[in-house]
Amino acid sequence: MTPLLQVEGLSKFYGTHLGCGDVNFTLWPGEVMGIVGESGSGKSTLLNCLAGHMAPDTGRVIFDTRTDGPRDTVTMTEPERRWLARTDWAFVHQNPRDGLRMNVSAGGNVGDRLMAVGARHYGDIRREAGDWLERVEIDPTRIDDRPRAFSGGMQQRLQIARNLVTGPRLVFMDEPTGGLDVSVQARLLDLLRGLVRRLGLSAVIVTHDLAVVRLLADRLMVMKDGCVVEQGLTDQVLDDPQHAYTQLLVSSVLQV
Amino acid sequence: MSKVMIEISGVTKRFVLHNQGGAVLPVMQGAALSVQEGECVALVGASGAGKSTLMRMIWGNYRCDEGSIQVAGVELCCAAPREVIALRRSKLGYVSQFLRVIPRVPTLDVVAEPLLAQGMDELQAQARARAMLARLNIPERLWWLSPTTFSGGEQQRVNIARGFIQDWPVMLLDEPTASLDAGNRAVVLDLIAEAKARGAAILGIFHDAEARAAVCDREVDVTGFTPARSAA
Repeated sequence: MTPLLQVEGLSKFYGTHLGCGDVNFTLWPGEVMGIVGESGSGKSTLLNCLAGHMAPDTGRVIFDTRTDGPRDTVTMTEPERRWLARTDWAFVHQNPRDGLRMNVSAGGNVGDRLMAVGARHYGDIRREAGDWLERVEIDPTRIDDRPRAFSGGMQQRLQIARNLVTGPRLVFMDEPTGGLDVSVQARLLDLLRGLVRRLGLSAVIVTHDLAVVRLLADRLMVMKDGCVVEQGLTDQVLDDPQHAYTQLLVSSVLQV
Repeated sequence: MSKVMIEISGVTKRFVLHNQGGAVLPVMQGAALSVQEGECVALVGASGAGKSTLMRMIWGNYRCDEGSIQVAGVELCCAAPREVIALRRSKLGYVSQFLRVIPRVPTLDVVAEPLLAQGMDELQAQARARAMLARLNIPERLWWLSPTTFSGGEQQRVNIARGFIQDWPVMLLDEPTASLDAGNRAVVLDLIAEAKARGAAILGIFHDAEARAAVCDREVDVTGFTPARSAA
């Protein structure tokens, strides 16, 4: 089996300030990896470098493309990277408004991504969009409503539908349950877990919520001041943390 | 000659508490045991002797510092995360004392999940889950509710149902009969006996001496693996 994503020596500087430094990991098909750490630890910088939103200063990000096998996404051309972003990758933003077109209907938001990969038959696109709304538990009769008329939790689910409709193999998520109240969060976690299992997706999830990674991620990476201080199996890192910072992080969680 | 499914030798474990002045706590030294197919072995020893620690090292959520832990042919002490994940998906089952689930997910789905993770068809997995819940006397009206609001004994039974839904070749049981009434305890003991009969290698912690006598073939006292405490 070929790894889906191989990251080697990835670093990103903001001037002289380190964004993230010397990150190495291998993600296999079907694996979900969590990245935790406090604000400013470099989690989002890393995610943006992996997803091609930002160019790293050093290192390689090798993705196993469908057609040409493993390719370094850092050195490929901008159109090639954009094509990956529309097809094999998906990016779920913390704020759904960053990932949705707010003045286009719910169905349009989902169909938009299908059209970007060449779908042209209106009936097919609409049917597929309706189908995906149901899968993320949005009433399909609301297909013509704009996301503005949706609650925060519905907007987040719509963003997930928009992202998954093209059958990506790798999903990047930046605090996907961040701004949601806890009851909605639980439902979204269950939905995400079901989708990951049924579609065989791989995912990289950035969050600061250790409970979320325990339920969703197979593997965990802990970042501090731009560096990876510990990584491994999720329950191993959480139950038997080795690094001083991870021990502090785990012991600081409030019990309900 | 039966196959050895769990093989442990020379296992050492210590905790380093960086945020408490770097205190080093040695908790295990020279641990060794083996469990064969169709055998049930009980870990015994006083509270704090390291039964759960050893169990967690075999499950893989505790690292082992030295020695070797082999489960179904996989060496856990140097295994990559994906090897441990694959082992847990297909070979190694664990019934812990605590039920950890996503809130609001129905009991039936919680129990069927290990089968779905293996790629079993949803209807088939649900049918198996129903049968298992019925056998453990969880009333049908509770199947569509989340187990987070259940009583301790009910949660324990949901946990057991989830643990026994699949025919794991190796099973770890952490106090499977605690907080159960006599009737349900008998069901759990039957499940353990059936698992042994089909060739599962089982390692368990049973505080309940009667249950231990009923299903266990051997006992391993972990007191022998406890490092001598320095007088500090």
